[in-house]
Amino acid sequence: MNALSVQELTKTYGNGVQALKGIDLAVEEGDFFALLGPNGAGKTTLIGIVTSLVRKSGGQATIFGYDLDRELEAAKSCIGVVPQEINFNQFESPETIVINQAGFYGIPRPVARVRAQLYLKQLQLWDKRKHASRALSGGMKRRLMIARALMHEPRLLILDEPTAGVDIEVRRSMWEFLREINQRGTTIILTTHYLEEAETLCRNIAIIDHGRIIERDRMSNLLRRLHTETFVLTLRHPLQQAPLLPAYTAKLVDEHTVEVEISMEQNVNDLFARLSELGIEVISMRNKVNRLEEIFIRLVEKGAAA
Amino acid sequence: MSTVVERATRRPLALGRARWIGFETILIREFQRIVRIWPQTIVPSAVTATLYLVIFGSVIGRRIGTMDGFAYMVYIAPGLIMQAVIINSYNNVVSSFYGAKFGRHIEELLVSPLPSWIIVSGYVAGGIMRGAMVGLVVSGVWMFFTRLPVLHPTIIVAAAVLTSVTFSLGGFLNAMFAKSFDQISIIPTFVLTPLIYFGGVFYSINTLPVWARHLSLVDPILYMVSSFRFGFLGVSAVGVWDAFTIMIVAVTVLFLAAILLLDRSSGIRE
Ligand SMILES: Nc1ncnc2c1ncn2[C@@H]1O[C@H](COP(=O)(O)OP(=O)(O)OP(=O)(O)O)[C@@H](O)[C@H]1O
Ligand SMILES: [Mg+2]
Repeated sequence: MNALSVQELTKTYGNGVQALKGIDLAVEEGDFFALLGPNGAGKTTLIGIVTSLVRKSGGQATIFGYDLDRELEAAKSCIGVVPQEINFNQFESPETIVINQAGFYGIPRPVARVRAQLYLKQLQLWDKRKHASRALSGGMKRRLMIARALMHEPRLLILDEPTAGVDIEVRRSMWEFLREINQRGTTIILTTHYLEEAETLCRNIAIIDHGRIIERDRMSNLLRRLHTETFVLTLRHPLQQAPLLPAYTAKLVDEHTVEVEISMEQNVNDLFARLSELGIEVISMRNKVNRLEEIFIRLVEKGAAA
Repeated sequence: MSTVVERATRRPLALGRARWIGFETILIREFQRIVRIWPQTIVPSAVTATLYLVIFGSVIGRRIGTMDGFAYMVYIAPGLIMQAVIINSYNNVVSSFYGAKFGRHIEELLVSPLPSWIIVSGYVAGGIMRGAMVGLVVSGVWMFFTRLPVLHPTIIVAAAVLTSVTFSLGGFLNAMFAKSFDQISIIPTFVLTPLIYFGGVFYSINTLPVWARHLSLVDPILYMVSSFRFGFLGVSAVGVWDAFTIMIVAVTVLFLAAILLLDRSSGIRE
């Protein structure tokens, strides 16, 4: 079954901006799905329509088979959403916010109290449960919105840049947490500008640009399509010019750094053999950019050129 | 795996229960808000009531003498209680709902499965709650210092509740349309206050010249205040049943308008 399925979804805002130009997309139940795209691509608009915060201009959407136009109540009850912008009452305490949210989904207070404790603890907000939430730090506010979205135990969790402005340590623990929730059966759709995050977490991916899906594939397939990779080598001894490496494209960035582009048909062993011959000592090596990032940039640039 | 409402959509009773919990939660949240900001919600009307009491009770009241056969203090008491009910019901809904729109936490309700009529009812119930709380405080203050008869308690409660619902819905519509904080204070200042003052809160329209009396009859607040006063004193400037008919029609029309607007969500959803 599809957790989410949209057909020919379009959206034109009141000011004439065409944010979505016919989106077709299906996300399977149980998936961990990345929805990527540059700023203004239409990700938040798409999520807005699915969570009924934005009215669509055309097309259809179903959530676990419930049509948004005809079975809105059932469809809405399946979704938990973590929005891009803070949207809780900053004068209320975290505990009040999550318990009331559960109430809006028809969950009795005693049950909501138990869950509030569970999720606020898991998201490390339990100590702050009685504070006014405007006094939380930015990262804590994001975590509060995650806790809030989980209170009615939705089958589909949609997160719109949940890790924006969150420190590395918390981000990693959030990844762990989301993975766990996904393993327990919740379908997750995630947007993020940290492509490393999408690469580590997600199994399937769609890239949206200028209101259109420009790519939709399994993450592993997409990464395999990367034909060349650029490595950055740090050298022990300074060089005055780029080393002579026939078959590879090498560039001297500064006297201790060389960038080498390697295609999939070549291998890294030969490169190192050649470097040894030249007496060049490499002390470390890394990818120039994350692999998904490289594909992403190419796709989006191609889209912009077309 | 499935969610509460999703399971409930297959069982009408359970769905009703889920909606009831949602309604209750909105009301609880409104109560929490009223209590959290009590200096803004409860205190002003209590202070105003006391001021009116001092001014009309000991300064001007005695010089005015009687109105429709009652001491002036006794005559205006129901009007002033009603004024507090109207203003507080209206303000509660307009500021809470506009605040939710402005602070974006209205989205918490919009993404939830609650249907529009439950959301409107929840906010209206919050308005009634605040109207009742302040109305009781003001009544308490006045009853302490005057001997106010209570002839028809049922009419008193019915008129107060219908008035409160009317103005809660008014506040809701105002908040739906408002695009700035200015726009939620314009209506109370320029529409509500004049209607209250010309609605027979401070005087009996029987004391007016004929043309002014006829003009007063287009003011809906006249009917609310008059029927409410009838419940206490047994006198009314207009027919009590006419008054109730008008209130019921107003409530119905405003309620439908509020649901329709929220469904179409003009001013909230893009
Ligand atoms: N309320 C609105 N009114 C008018 N135009 C809007 C509105 N919201 C978004 N847009 C426009 O719609 C387009 C898509 O915006 P959207 O917020 O969906 O992008 P996004 O992919 O979420 O971007 P980001 O990564 O920056 O969050 C943009 O051109 C934006 O300016
Ligand atoms: Mg966005």
